[in-house]
Amino acid sequence: MTTAEQTPQITEPGTVILEAKNLKKYFPVTKGLLISKVTGHIKAVDDISFELRAGETLGIVGESGCGKSTTAKMMLMLEEPTDGNILFEGQDVHSSSAAVRKSYRSSVQAVFQDPWSSLNPRMRVKDIIAEPMVINWDITRAEQQERVLKLLNDVGLNEYHSNLFPHEFSGGQRQRLAIARALALNPRVIVLDEPVSALDVSIRAQIMNLLKDLQSEYNVAYMLIAHDLATVRYMCTWVAVMYLGEVVELSPVKDLYESPSHPYTKALMSAALPSHPDMEQEEIILQGEVPSPLNPPPGCYFHPRCPAAMDRCSIDKPETKEISPGHTLSCHLF
Amino acid sequence: MVTDARVNTETVLTVEDLRTYFTTRWGTVKAVDGISFDLRKGETLGIVGESGCGKSVTMLSLMRLIPMPPGRIVSGSITLDGEDLVQISEQEMARVRGSKIALIIQDPMTSLNPVFSIGNQVEEAIEIHQDIPKRSIVQGALEVLRKVNIPAAESRVKDYPHQMSGGMRQRVVGAIGISCQPQVLIADEPTTSLDVTIQAQYLKLLKDIQKDSDLSLIFITHDFGIVAKMCDRVAVMYAGRIVEHGSVRDIFNNPSHPYTEALLASVPKMDRDVERLFSIEGQPPPLHDLPVGCSFADRCPVVMDKCREEYPDSITVSDGHISSCWRASE
Repeated sequence: MTTAEQTPQITEPGTVILEAKNLKKYFPVTKGLLISKVTGHIKAVDDISFELRAGETLGIVGESGCGKSTTAKMMLMLEEPTDGNILFEGQDVHSSSAAVRKSYRSSVQAVFQDPWSSLNPRMRVKDIIAEPMVINWDITRAEQQERVLKLLNDVGLNEYHSNLFPHEFSGGQRQRLAIARALALNPRVIVLDEPVSALDVSIRAQIMNLLKDLQSEYNVAYMLIAHDLATVRYMCTWVAVMYLGEVVELSPVKDLYESPSHPYTKALMSAALPSHPDMEQEEIILQGEVPSPLNPPPGCYFHPRCPAAMDRCSIDKPETKEISPGHTLSCHLF
Repeated sequence: MVTDARVNTETVLTVEDLRTYFTTRWGTVKAVDGISFDLRKGETLGIVGESGCGKSVTMLSLMRLIPMPPGRIVSGSITLDGEDLVQISEQEMARVRGSKIALIIQDPMTSLNPVFSIGNQVEEAIEIHQDIPKRSIVQGALEVLRKVNIPAAESRVKDYPHQMSGGMRQRVVGAIGISCQPQVLIADEPTTSLDVTIQAQYLKLLKDIQKDSDLSLIFITHDFGIVAKMCDRVAVMYAGRIVEHGSVRDIFNNPSHPYTEALLASVPKMDRDVERLFSIEGQPPPLHDLPVGCSFADRCPVVMDKCREEYPDSITVSDGHISSCWRASE
């Protein structure tokens, strides 16, 4: 490996680092034990596109089963997309050489929800954080340990922590370790899958502030998967609202919270818990639950639950339209 | 959303100086250490705090479900309907539990039995507490399932828990909770495992049921959003004690304990941009080794010398608003 990879690359904030174009992921549904045949497909992610920019955060929100986790897995190359491309700095990842794919994997890192299961209980902190470097970089043990100490320092822990085991840490400190490990290879993109929801209220703010500080220091792009809309507002620059495998609305964060346009976004916002007892909220209680992605309704997927459904919503699928700069949505009302 | 419950002043439940300790190899853990509150008819009380602050032990003490040993209700009284739940025998408590005071717990996957149909499980709750013929029991079970808006309840009574979604399962747990028309229903983080839209449906359902039957609710949560949406009064717990207690508007508009203030400032807001969240440094103290003075002193941004020497008295800030902080007396 070259030393060029080991020095953090400084990118202008706002430059597109990663682009997802028309990503699809279909899981086959089979029947029969010996001679199995494919009887249908679950469209977990169906034709979504977005961009991740340096120093910015894209939030992905939606109910369970909407495809947020599958999207994250495709970003991390843990799932192969059925169709569509992931462009990393303009280069298509899936059609590239093994070397490019390997460097992609070290440039895109992840922090998971549960710091109790994402850290190996048998490894010392210094080994956990050094492991990505051992695998990807050709550097000496001393250099690795020097970097481990720097990373521990970056995430607000002390040098003596490097000899401890994960069980000796509290939830918030473990999440700091997971963040240090994710930062080890100077990544350009970090996928954050519900990074604070397993933590206590008073610890959440510490971790969110730490993530923001590290972002402004290293100009890394975050993709944040979260269900708490208030957390998304605090952390994100852009928000994509997903429903049944599709992005129904994608917008700069301020626009989305101040004037949600898609009926589903409005319903999600009204369902979110208020931040003050006197906060006025429109009361839209959605009936029923998300339909099965195996057999989605015809037309707009949201029409059976939509309070503003029209006749054509059950027939035509709405196109994606841009209603203001950077703010796109798919709905017949616009 | 929040109704003023002060109109109705009939007290249903009174808790006085409740202390629940656990004996462990590290010493005595004072999980709940002298809490007092009362609950009026038809009102919702929120008990808020971080994990380990004693809110779940409070709930278990009210239900008399503390594992003994190692746990023990050391002192205090829990008065419900003229009876002290701490003093009565286990047999008498079995009669009260489920019929006068009921519980909805967090995870509907583990609180329902996977090998019995849901109809069966709701019927069981009615059968134990009411001496009525089998046909009325079946009818009663159907009725409560309809009350919690289970669609096509007649056919779904035969379903097993795994055939239902998380939201539906939580409704079944709610149905069991209200099946014997209890006076007090305790909900321990009932919606944490649910999606936001399903959570909104469930909270609205609880509100509707409460309005219909004048039920008193205790919400145990760490989420100030739920408190803002559901509660009339709030008790904030820290390290086994109630540090601040007041109406929901008192707590949100004039928090007087630094812990409450810090917690509120550390939560991101839905309706406005926040430049930087306040973060409380450090960790809560271990409950077997509490400091002499105020347990929050080590993390408190406005700590004084006095705080480390003596636990603060409860100080009345305004009518019905009580805070345990030396600063509140100034």
